[in-house]
Amino acid sequence: MSVFELFGMSAGMLALFVAFGVLIGVLFGFFGMGGSFLVTPALLVMGYPSRVAVGSGLAFVFGTSVIATLKHRDLGQVDYKLGISMIIGTTVGLEVGKEIVLYLEELGLAGNIISVTYVLLLGGIGLFVTYEALKGGDGGGVSHDVDGDADIDADDIPELAKKIQSYSLPPMITLRGGVKVSLWMILLVAFATGLLSGFLGVGGGFIRMPALFYLIGVPVPIAVGTDLFEIMFSGGIGSFLYAQSGGVDLSIVAPLLAGSALGARVGSAATSIVNEDEIKIYFGLMLLLGALAVAVRQAGNYLGMGVLDYVSLALILGSALMVSGAVLYSAVKSMRAPSAAGSSTAD
Amino acid sequence: MFGIETLSGNAQAAALVGVVLVEAMVLYVGYGALTAALGPTVRKAIGGE
Repeated sequence: MSVFELFGMSAGMLALFVAFGVLIGVLFGFFGMGGSFLVTPALLVMGYPSRVAVGSGLAFVFGTSVIATLKHRDLGQVDYKLGISMIIGTTVGLEVGKEIVLYLEELGLAGNIISVTYVLLLGGIGLFVTYEALKGGDGGGVSHDVDGDADIDADDIPELAKKIQSYSLPPMITLRGGVKVSLWMILLVAFATGLLSGFLGVGGGFIRMPALFYLIGVPVPIAVGTDLFEIMFSGGIGSFLYAQSGGVDLSIVAPLLAGSALGARVGSAATSIVNEDEIKIYFGLMLLLGALAVAVRQAGNYLGMGVLDYVSLALILGSALMVSGAVLYSAVKSMRAPSAAGSSTAD
Repeated sequence: MFGIETLSGNAQAAALVGVVLVEAMVLYVGYGALTAALGPTVRKAIGGE
């Protein structure tokens, strides 16, 4: 592949990848998670082989997490002890996940099974987020107004995490925020999330961050920072493993990353001026539409209707566009509101 | 791309991951500088000031 092949890619495709990257970046920058798991289904819909869709998805996640971790580094929201323990469990899970994909690919079942898993996972999380948003609860997203240095209050620890923390299987390790938990529990959670990460080609943040909070009892800000740190490693290791089998396509990853890095800046800036609760319902709907998109594509394959592939791609791009647009619209509205109020009260 | 195809096996895989890492760091620094330079102007323009 020569350097010109990146630009040899049709201008339309290049623009599509950069624009898709911007949309995903806005979502990632705003919500602190989500978006990257749209890449693999989009690539599958566009007809890339499962290995390339998953491998390039992981490489994109790796690049995005490097940028996000650099931003969180100075906030002190990373528990390195927990992160390194997670990396060990995740590495094993990733390798097993990759082997499962390669095995299913040999059987010709990889695309179908990955798609079905996506539908169930995205649909389930989408329902949860939408339900919580309609209910007015706090679940399903990362709160922006959190204090990374605060010790966790016992009342804030979920019941399941208290139960898991009660298993005193040595060695026990003490985490930031005063949480004490068995190393084996951490390794188990890491293995399960690594398995999904390798199998679906996602960083696993939208699974691992809630798992760290709900299962281990780590305070949310530390869960986010440590999760990003860990994704950087799991994404890098996963990319390496897939690159060995020719699964990483730089002509996909480079434009996506260029777009997402810009979008993440915009999304991060929007967090300080937009009320997240206004947007959360759109985020839940986007996940549901993502699940529907993959289901439509599978139905198209089953029925031999190629047109459904395009319907599916339109659903994925449309849902990402809808949520990113809602974030940007709210941000612009919020920025204009104080200005208008200021001009009316001037002097 | 970037002569990576001339490498083989693990070296090629490591080079691919390295290219993504370098691109991410360049983008972080580049967009950071761009944000610092143009951010206030863009905010003023959007805010209607």
